Amino acid sequence: MIVFIPLYAAFRKVPVYESFLEGAKDGFGTAINIIPHLVGMLVAISMFRASGAMDMIVSLIEPLMHRLGVPGEVLPLGLLRPLTGAGSLAFTAELIKTYGPDSMIGRIASTIQGSTDTTLYVLTVYFGAVGIRKSRYALKVGLFSDLVGFIAAIIVCLFVFGS
Amino acid sequence: MVNWIWLFFIAASFVAAIVNGRMEALTEAAFEGAKNGVTVSFGLISVMVFWLGLMRIGEDAGLLRKLAVLLQPAVRLLFPDVPKGHPALGYIMSNMSANILGLGNAATPMGIKAMQELQKLNPDKETASAAMCTLLALNTSSVTLVPTTLIAIRMTYGSAHPAEIVGTTLIATAIATAAAIAADRWYRLRSGPPAWRSPGSGGPGAVRPLQAPPGSGRSDPGGKGEAVV
Repeated sequence: MIVFIPLYAAFRKVPVYESFLEGAKDGFGTAINIIPHLVGMLVAISMFRASGAMDMIVSLIEPLMHRLGVPGEVLPLGLLRPLTGAGSLAFTAELIKTYGPDSMIGRIASTIQGSTDTTLYVLTVYFGAVGIRKSRYALKVGLFSDLVGFIAAIIVCLFVFGS
Repeated sequence: MVNWIWLFFIAASFVAAIVNGRMEALTEAAFEGAKNGVTVSFGLISVMVFWLGLMRIGEDAGLLRKLAVLLQPAVRLLFPDVPKGHPALGYIMSNMSANILGLGNAATPMGIKAMQELQKLNPDKETASAAMCTLLALNTSSVTLVPTTLIAIRMTYGSAHPAEIVGTTLIATAIATAAAIAADRWYRLRSGPPAWRSPGSGGPGAVRPLQAPPGSGRSDPGGKGEAVV
């Protein structure tokens, strides 16, 4: 991939280095733009954890999840994911930091984050751009697919990484 | 919406801190969180800069167009009510290709362009057409080959195999996408005659006038490793 793309592009007479710089600039801008979002969300989530509020919520659902062999810590992520991209990314980062990237929780969180999208945001941007006010069943379909993705992520991870 | 979530986190933390007697830890946690936010973002920079640079080369070399051609049969199946050769189809294919390659900064404008073209075919300008709902379903569950942002975060925290989640993500996202397409089909068939024949059938999914959040027209920061510039 890293070798093939530039070689292919050079063959197609693309100024490879200039193209790379263009894209790289975008990437840098993106990473910088994410900082305020991440700081804002991580402050809130960090407080939520430290105050014990997270433990209270997790302990409510823990027994049920535990019976299914699913770590309860990933449940809040499932709730956050469709609502806020930055928030759920921050939450994922927090889980990875707390439990380690190679822990089951870390893997499940990564998979959930990668396999679903911020439905509410996408709907707002796309329909807002053309002035659609009645979204009919679009939101239901989006949330349903998020739920399926969430469950699938957990099952696939337990199956692949489970002992 | 996000405003309320954020406020809820902070208010609930405050209440819980009083209940659990953890007031001091609360302030400390706030600053710790801020520090983490910056740490994570810096971990993202190297990967984002490199990956998006590489992807831009691919885009300029016409790989996006190549992928779009591959997707043509799928798009024809998914959007039967869009006339053949309509510009909307081209934008839809580009949008899907960009999503697959994780080029959010290309996917969003293409998606919006596709929506605008679909709007031209839409008899009721305030209600989403079936094709629009399908396009949205595809985008809310978009298949991504490489979740760049996540790999970057996993690297930041010293994962032994940062990319080991690519496979699981691919399987889960494929299942989610299949579910989205199935649900979309089901509603599409169930809603029978298009919305404009029965006035006011906004249905339960109807939403208030949509206001794009500030800085929109771009992808969601922290979405799936897409770019927001």
